[in-house]
Amino acid sequence: MAIEVRERIRAEKKTAALAACAVSKAFKPARVVPGGGMTVRAVDRVSLSVWRGEIYGLLGANGSGKSTLIRLFSTLLTPDTGTVSIFGLDIDRDELDVKRLINRVSVEASFFKKLSAMENLVYAGRLYGVPPDESRRKVVSILRRLGIEDPRMKEPLDKLSRGMQQKVAIARAFLTTPMLLLLDEPTTGLDIRSKREVQTFVRDLRDEHDATILLTTHDLDEAARLADRIGILHQGRLVAEGTPEELAARHGGGTLEDVFMTLTGRRLEDADATDAERPT
Amino acid sequence: MIADVGAQLGLAYAFVEREVALSKRYWAWEIVWLVYGIVTSLSVAYIGLAAPTIAGGSSDPAAVSRLVLYLLVGTITWRFLGLIFEQMAETIAWERWEGTIEYTFMAPVPRVTHLLGMCGATLVRAVGFSVAILAAVALFVPVDLSHANALAAIVLLLVGAVAFVGLAIGSAVFPLLWTEKGLQMAYIVQAVVLLVSGVYYPTTILPGWMQVLSFISPATYVIRGMRDALLDGADLGAVWPNLWPALVVGAISIPLGMRVFLWAERHAKRTGRLKRSG
Repeated sequence: MAIEVRERIRAEKKTAALAACAVSKAFKPARVVPGGGMTVRAVDRVSLSVWRGEIYGLLGANGSGKSTLIRLFSTLLTPDTGTVSIFGLDIDRDELDVKRLINRVSVEASFFKKLSAMENLVYAGRLYGVPPDESRRKVVSILRRLGIEDPRMKEPLDKLSRGMQQKVAIARAFLTTPMLLLLDEPTTGLDIRSKREVQTFVRDLRDEHDATILLTTHDLDEAARLADRIGILHQGRLVAEGTPEELAARHGGGTLEDVFMTLTGRRLEDADATDAERPT
Repeated sequence: MIADVGAQLGLAYAFVEREVALSKRYWAWEIVWLVYGIVTSLSVAYIGLAAPTIAGGSSDPAAVSRLVLYLLVGTITWRFLGLIFEQMAETIAWERWEGTIEYTFMAPVPRVTHLLGMCGATLVRAVGFSVAILAAVALFVPVDLSHANALAAIVLLLVGAVAFVGLAIGSAVFPLLWTEKGLQMAYIVQAVVLLVSGVYYPTTILPGWMQVLSFISPATYVIRGMRDALLDGADLGAVWPNLWPALVVGAISIPLGMRVFLWAERHAKRTGRLKRSG
């Protein structure tokens, strides 16, 4: 079934990898507190399309709605309004087929901490129908490429550094060869070298495996380096979209930082500091 | 069709393999729970042995032996059913704590297959623990199983396990809906089931309103039937009056538990509760 869906999608070259139409999501507070507990509109009528083979960068400050949007696209949240389709499949109606086509890397590595990288990845592979022997071969190859030595692959995850854990998380996503990969701030907290290794791997994945990638980041340099097109998210709304050059041309020229400042009225670092408290 | 069933079983096995690997890594905690189970069962057996002394009179050794077996059947059967309940109820809470819940729910695995896999893992653990506890207790306390009907006892345990799985799946919904306090709610359900199911005494001594609850607890029938089979050698025909209610509870509770779980999952997705905590 999974293979049939993939083959059909490969044949349909013109289908958008991801199409979101007027998607909104609000969260109500768990308990009404006098003087507080307002409903938070995390995503506000966002429409965007990501084309097959594209790397789309979603740029925004902390609390701008990036992670909520990724969780909506990952089937972990249902939108209040609007529709989302992945390769033409409705995310709600065709949920299981959609899940076979996507994978996600979140800002937290999210593993069974006492299991080794190999155990975690073979388990993840099983869930996506990858036989254990094939998983083991691919895991060794991917982790070596990401700079993790063989003996570390058998150590419990909680013995590995944050950077290594994040690389294992990236390996988990690549292991299942998703047609759409959702990367939610995958390099946050990594050192410069690890960040570069991951960025190179992301580009290679797109080039070698025909993958489409939606990347959220609040790193302007990373967005410019990786993304073919960039969307800027501000307070839950998509306020601009285009290639870095198009954005610069449309919004007064200059750097991506200048564009962000023009559109949001703040520098990205300042927005991060002030919006960090905004729940999404 | 067969290939699809095979694929689903393969997916379900992923959860069994994962749980076995986790048990190995958390081996020290497994030993704690095993020792706790043995000590609790032994303590209950010693209460039975000391009953004549506590009551201040003499008692027929055969009656004491019967009392000890009566209590042991209750405590070990409850340990078996309780483990199923606890592990299934902790399915969600554990993954929240590990931080893997989003990845499990994002995986292309039908929820029924996921829960079936967790049931398999739970049964492996519960059988292993119960056999180990029974063997350890038999080393310290004379257990007279000369009249036991093993076949009837095994069938009752299997039916009881199935019935408890449905109840446990229903209880796993609490941590799905209440991220912070859901597991505590599940433990309260388990405690109430322990009270009303006649684990250490006949349910007839309970107040009327508790007897109503004992009527809907599958553990009541399983424990009562186990006693008939192991103390009096009742065969399958003789334990049928306790077997069929447990079957009925299982037949109702599993589809109902699954349905409630699926509803809770949709609710969690609407309200943003399908996320890690801790």
